[in-house]
Amino acid sequence: MSKEALYGKTLSELKVCVTELGLPAFTSKQIADWLYKKHATSIEDMTNLSKKARLQLSENYEVGLTPPQSFQESVDGTKKYLFQTHSQQFIEAAYLPEENRNTLCISSQVGCKMGCLFCMTARQGFQKNLSSNEILNQIASLPERDTLTNVVYMGMGEPMDNIENVLKSLEIITADWGYSWSPRRINVSTIGVVPAMRRFIEESEAHLAISLHSPFNEERKQLMPIENVYTAEKVIEALRDYDFGRQRRISFEYIMFKGVNDSPQHVKGLLQLLNGIKCRINLIHFHPIPDSPLKGSDYKTMEMFRDKLSQKGITTTIRKSRGEDIYAACGLLSTKKLVQKDTEQDY
Amino acid sequence: MNQHKRKELQAVKVISNQLLATNVHHIKLEKPFSFQAGQVVALTMHPTDEPRLYSIASGTSQAYLGILFDVKPDGELTPPLSKVKPGDTLYISAPFGKFLCKEQPATWIATGTGIAPFISLVESGLANNIALLHGARTIDKFYFQDELQDKLGENYLRFCTTESGPQIMEGRLTNYLENATNLPTNNKYYLCGGSQMVIDVREILIAKGVPYDNIIAEIYF
Repeated sequence: MSKEALYGKTLSELKVCVTELGLPAFTSKQIADWLYKKHATSIEDMTNLSKKARLQLSENYEVGLTPPQSFQESVDGTKKYLFQTHSQQFIEAAYLPEENRNTLCISSQVGCKMGCLFCMTARQGFQKNLSSNEILNQIASLPERDTLTNVVYMGMGEPMDNIENVLKSLEIITADWGYSWSPRRINVSTIGVVPAMRRFIEESEAHLAISLHSPFNEERKQLMPIENVYTAEKVIEALRDYDFGRQRRISFEYIMFKGVNDSPQHVKGLLQLLNGIKCRINLIHFHPIPDSPLKGSDYKTMEMFRDKLSQKGITTTIRKSRGEDIYAACGLLSTKKLVQKDTEQDY
Repeated sequence: MNQHKRKELQAVKVISNQLLATNVHHIKLEKPFSFQAGQVVALTMHPTDEPRLYSIASGTSQAYLGILFDVKPDGELTPPLSKVKPGDTLYISAPFGKFLCKEQPATWIATGTGIAPFISLVESGLANNIALLHGARTIDKFYFQDELQDKLGENYLRFCTTESGPQIMEGRLTNYLENATNLPTNNKYYLCGGSQMVIDVREILIAKGVPYDNIIAEIYF
């Protein structure tokens, strides 16, 4: 039985740990420093703690970092890392180096419950929520950790369906006692789980990216089951309740499917839906998944779509595909082959 | 500073709490509003707690609101919710959601408590040209099966993975779909239940030639 991990705990959680062990309260700050600033990999490394304190901590806890099991590298330099969770399940993270920035795309769940038609992760169903330790371990145990400039929560899973642990991980990345990153270096995506999205907006300062993919209710329902409960209209209505200031960014992700959501009517629909929202739109080329009934729009159509939206005043970009050859591109992450099937299904 | 804003909730009294099967309850609540069959409400025991979503499992003209749920042993809401008594107060949102299953002919497919919106639709008299397929592990988990059998007759198909019984089809619902030779591809298919069921059934239907835009799913998450 492995010990409880210290890595991934917030300062207030570390305070509880040291208090329970009868250690001075300031020890928690020292531990946070070792975990998040000095990158200690064992309690023994924490040399400004007394020997007795280290011994007491070691009896109950470990740092709890897990190196990646393997990685694949794309021709474009993207690397996809496979991590094992504490419950022997698997997640993927994609490292995307560019000239001026190096982004890590991390997972928040093993699998996903949301069932979007175009997503590989959805195909493996849902296995579990990642703990804050498991979310942040993707950053801490990345060989390129010290080169990272940005983190996006756009890997496996719906971050708002694991909001507690996502918020905890964001606190650790941005707090003075943590990694002290600016929240502007972090972007969290959602398909629009409204109550949790509200919590995220209220309790974090990170950027928000909303997966939209259609402005029309009936069509979005066919692509994304969430539309039955939290419609795009309701998501936008919720966004209008908040002041995002000048620095915080809202973007809409829009995968373009040939003959489905790439018409001039869709441009009109988007303009109507987003009317007055200060935002940008990222158009994404669809990366086909096996047996998918959907096909990607061609680049010419995407460019025309982009230009029409831009002409109407919405900053619109076409996201460059990365890591497609190693299944690291948007919507392709999956550890389905490594999932053990539940033999007691009720269907 | 952004202001905390959440769904407005209203207090309603519990009318009854019935244990339908092991760990599965059906609660009747006072009905403070009208709704459309297939909609959901957000529900909580205390107005300050984060509510959870439940499909309404009763007809639009019935005098109460039905909530069907299974108890998640580690959950925060369902263990205490399973113990509520008549007269207790719960808090619910106004109804919302668009899983209205209006297009027919249609095939409705559910597992477990995913049958809830279809119960509402049947009880509301909106199941005119549909077949309802329900999958469960044990026979006691075909909730409201007598009522559904009465109203739908041979258009109500039950698939049980571990038990056998009269008018129950043994085996998996997915096996039935995989082996079906005459699935109507022009019908709408409405799916409700856990994500894995939705993914598996959707893949089978698409492989059988059902266009993806004829498949609408509501996932319990």
